[in-house]
Amino acid sequence: MNEKQKKLLMRIVAAAVLWVPLFLMTEGIVKLPVPRWAVFLLFLVPYLLVGHDVLRKAFLGIRNGRVFDENFLMAVATVGAIVLGEYGEGVAVMLLYQVGELFQSCAVGKSRRSISALMDIRPDYANIESDGGLEQVDPDEVEVGSVIVVQPGEKIPLDGVVTEGISSLNTAALTGESLPCDVGPDSRVLSGSVNMTGVLKIRTTAAFEESTASRILDLVENAASRKSRSENFIARFARYYTPIVCCAALALAVLPPLFCMVTKTGLASYDTLGGLWRDWVLRACTFLVISCPCAVVISVPLSFFAGLGGASSQGILIKGSNYLETLSRVRVVAFDKTGTITKGSFAVETVHRSPLPAEEVLEYAAHAECHSSHPIARSIQDACGKPVDMSRVTDVEEISGHGIVAKVDGKTVAVGNDRLMNRLNVTHEDCFHAGTVLHVAVDGVYSGHIVIADELKETSRQAVEQMRRAGVEKIVMLTGDAESAAKKVAAEVGLTDYRAGLLPADKVSAVEELLRECGSRRRLAFVGDGINDAPVLARADIGIAMGALGSDAAIEAADVVLMDDDPVKIAKAIRISRKCLRIVKENIGFALGVKLLCLLLAALGLAGMWLAIAADVGVMILAVLNAIRCLLVKKL
Amino acid sequence: MKKSYKIDVDCANCANLMEQAAKKTDGVKDCAVSFMTLKMKVEFEEGADADAVMKAVRANCKKVEDDCEIYL
Repeated sequence: MNEKQKKLLMRIVAAAVLWVPLFLMTEGIVKLPVPRWAVFLLFLVPYLLVGHDVLRKAFLGIRNGRVFDENFLMAVATVGAIVLGEYGEGVAVMLLYQVGELFQSCAVGKSRRSISALMDIRPDYANIESDGGLEQVDPDEVEVGSVIVVQPGEKIPLDGVVTEGISSLNTAALTGESLPCDVGPDSRVLSGSVNMTGVLKIRTTAAFEESTASRILDLVENAASRKSRSENFIARFARYYTPIVCCAALALAVLPPLFCMVTKTGLASYDTLGGLWRDWVLRACTFLVISCPCAVVISVPLSFFAGLGGASSQGILIKGSNYLETLSRVRVVAFDKTGTITKGSFAVETVHRSPLPAEEVLEYAAHAECHSSHPIARSIQDACGKPVDMSRVTDVEEISGHGIVAKVDGKTVAVGNDRLMNRLNVTHEDCFHAGTVLHVAVDGVYSGHIVIADELKETSRQAVEQMRRAGVEKIVMLTGDAESAAKKVAAEVGLTDYRAGLLPADKVSAVEELLRECGSRRRLAFVGDGINDAPVLARADIGIAMGALGSDAAIEAADVVLMDDDPVKIAKAIRISRKCLRIVKENIGFALGVKLLCLLLAALGLAGMWLAIAADVGVMILAVLNAIRCLLVKKL
Repeated sequence: MKKSYKIDVDCANCANLMEQAAKKTDGVKDCAVSFMTLKMKVEFEEGADADAVMKAVRANCKKVEDDCEIYL
């Protein structure tokens, strides 16, 4: 509790202590001969003690032309009750109203702190070596390229490359993954991870603002300002709700008694005309107590905020409440194959149909491809296992869209696809294996083909299954690979729907076609690794980038960023959004339902101010507690 | 031009009111107040003087909610 809250608590306690004996006295439980005017004055003490700020704000509100301010409403309702002689009730309403305010302020403060703690990756300082000792400086002041020292237990303040030292890093704050990640010299490290075991010296590669931790914080902090439709609905609702209820209160105070007087009906139940007016004015005051919109208004943004916080604790960054809302309506998921369900790292699977030993074929191919940095070329070099001797290679000729022809040890080696073989008039054999196939010909003689496959991620199959279970009706894989390779991967992860042979531009049109199928209610998510699929990420209803840790392009382009590259998180993100939206709906429905019920009961004279304020405070407490459930997403 | 300011306000509805008040201020193109992060993001009109505009925004916000504060 902060100063303000403590003060309010003291006032509430003091006023309550004063109020109880007075109330017992007026109810006749304790009999004391005190004149009526004295009782009034005695009640005024706790009333002003607990409600003076509300009265002041009400006054200021009127002076500034704001009639439907909740302070004003509370002031009118309680003053009204007191004027009508209901001293105990008037003071109690003010007391309970302040209890509600205090609770709300504490609950919001608490959840604000606990959510912020989840996202607390802001580094406080960086250590720089100077004259043999360490000096703590603001991470803002560290220049790119300087060497910083990070000791065990400290947060890495800036992105960089390890120059010295071996350690394990805890990246849970970034990825939600609790397994430690081992680093040594030349490893890239990201700010926001925590150094656990050894001292590391790191050469920084980014300034503080450009570092991962700052970017993520920026993203998360801005997320709450992109409001969802539910939040806008509630803000609009609050704008109309209060004036409408106030007008209704005024009508309730004036019209029914007038009606009774004119038509002379229902007068029998009142002793005097004054009694008739008093009854209806009290009902109107009850209306004013119910017209305060805060319980509804607080719970919705709080639910979204907790949902965003909970998701980010799992390594799922959602850029705004509006995206959380869209995510909950996702029924179609399209995803890119490479980097999403496959590792995006190629590996030589086997060598087929070769008269030569496999090692020799790989050696020739590795040398022919020695100038290429393409992932496929690198995978062949890796499979070859021997260092490439550049001096053995001459006359390299790269034929775009076909392959490479080069002289290795004086022999002409051609490595490439079918088209290259046809061009060189080499008879080749087709491969029945799925995957990328590279044919090799040495001195014009066919020497077999190398099958290269992209490895599936371990969790891809599970991810597809979980998405289905989370209510995704259609899952489509988009890939630039040939039909056969696409079919094989699709079968392995349990998919039936795929589009193969797509160029990057075709992916956009494929997504557009799927969007048309979706119609107006279902939403489409596209999942990619952020590398050359930015246009598709932008075109889909919601773009999800995976394995985005350290990839700026993906963080920019996507609406949802999965920090690690585990595809299971897609389903998890959907489940978190569903839970959050369900809670939002529960809160809206519950709070509005109780308010409307109270209004009805008050109009009929069945509910007094007591019930009205208790319902108001109670609804708010329950709604806030319910909203905080959005944070509990770990086991989801 | 967009800028973000730290604010202090007690209730969610008051934050909504502040947002509306800020939006109506001259020189403000758009504004979003987040009650949860206690931040106000203001997008200024082309060529507006941010400091002067924010003073007006603060005055307008104080009118609707006298307990609020914008840290300029």
